Amino acid sequence: MASMRDIKRRKTSISSTQQITKAMKLVSTVKLQKAKNRAEQTNPYFNYMYQTVCSMLAKAGEIQHPYLMESESEKKAIIMITSNRGLAGGYNSNVVKLITGSDISLDDAVIYPVGHKGEEALLRKGYTMASDYSDVIDAPTYEDALAISREVLDAYAAGEIGEIYLAYTHFKNTVSHEPTLLKLLPVEVDEEDVAGSSSDILMNFEPNEEEALDLIIPKYITSLIYGALVEAVASENGARMQAMDSATSNAEEMISDLSLKYNRARQSSITQELTEIIAGAEAIS
Amino acid sequence: MADNLFTVEIITPDRIFYHGEASMVEFNTVEGEIGILKDHIPLTTVLAPGIVTISEENESKKAVVHAGFAEVLGDKVTLLAEIAEWPDEIDLDRAKRAEERARERLSKRSADLDVTRAELALKKALVRQDVLV
Repeated sequence: MASMRDIKRRKTSISSTQQITKAMKLVSTVKLQKAKNRAEQTNPYFNYMYQTVCSMLAKAGEIQHPYLMESESEKKAIIMITSNRGLAGGYNSNVVKLITGSDISLDDAVIYPVGHKGEEALLRKGYTMASDYSDVIDAPTYEDALAISREVLDAYAAGEIGEIYLAYTHFKNTVSHEPTLLKLLPVEVDEEDVAGSSSDILMNFEPNEEEALDLIIPKYITSLIYGALVEAVASENGARMQAMDSATSNAEEMISDLSLKYNRARQSSITQELTEIIAGAEAIS
Repeated sequence: MADNLFTVEIITPDRIFYHGEASMVEFNTVEGEIGILKDHIPLTTVLAPGIVTISEENESKKAVVHAGFAEVLGDKVTLLAEIAEWPDEIDLDRAKRAEERARERLSKRSADLDVTRAELALKKALVRQDVLV
């Protein structure tokens, strides 16, 4: 059995770890609240954007537009959104696993990383990295999303990449986050949504559909990226809050376990001392 | 009077900028300025930097929008703007500085100049100043 001193030392170290995890949990709870509000405010913009694009595509069935057609290039760009900091449970590794487990082969993928953690993990596996946007994730703004989408769209227009994907963690609610791989280009929208929005109204476009597509699709992509950034921040803090919560309660458990052990050790040492004293006294008398 | 009103919404990525009832809304598109009354034909159009005037029942409101698009549906007009500002949110000095910068860049014509971008910046700066006058 471990000595009393060892147990005591262990206990102190665990309770100081617990203090840290507790503090981190509080911090991420506050950050989560903020991020959640932002994510909710972004939602209406994104929903309208999606609806409009659906109704446009419903009408644009026959249009031959580079944004809607399969491209020849095999390369696939993936905008991967992870965090810059760890200690968030499976948050980062889930996104990484999503990419390594997808059909996109290592040679075809070009990663546009947002967040150091995912970037490091994929670099170790030998993925190709394009420009790094990791600084963005601390406080994502619409301008940041614009910069990212401009770069990937330029590469797409130049024929360097044939498809664009977005890998991020979808924020369903505070406790549930889902790593998601989304195809941005060529545009693919839900067939049902397209059919549903086109049924009753005849929409006019000004300028004509093709030019409008040219202008609106980049905005659509940017809004998707922005939405993903904002949701990823919320998910990150949610994941960290959960991870720190379970770490705190694990520490609690360990401490109570160690207290029990410590008390047992104390008791047995007292019993032993007493036995020794009595034995000594008997030997004298 | 009240039956010529329709819903107007201006939405930006950060917030729902405006939501209300209006009898007329005017804004600037890439094809030119346009004014919308109730029961306009369904229309989707691309916005150009400009002033949006919303005529409510008793007063009219002005705001600046830069880039985005508008969807007009009978009794509802939705403006999806990347940036939207009320006049009191605009910093006049900053807009003036931005104007100078853009003019300088355009007059120098250096080789790596992105003309469309500089012109857009100039337009934004001018529109911002316009709405304050």
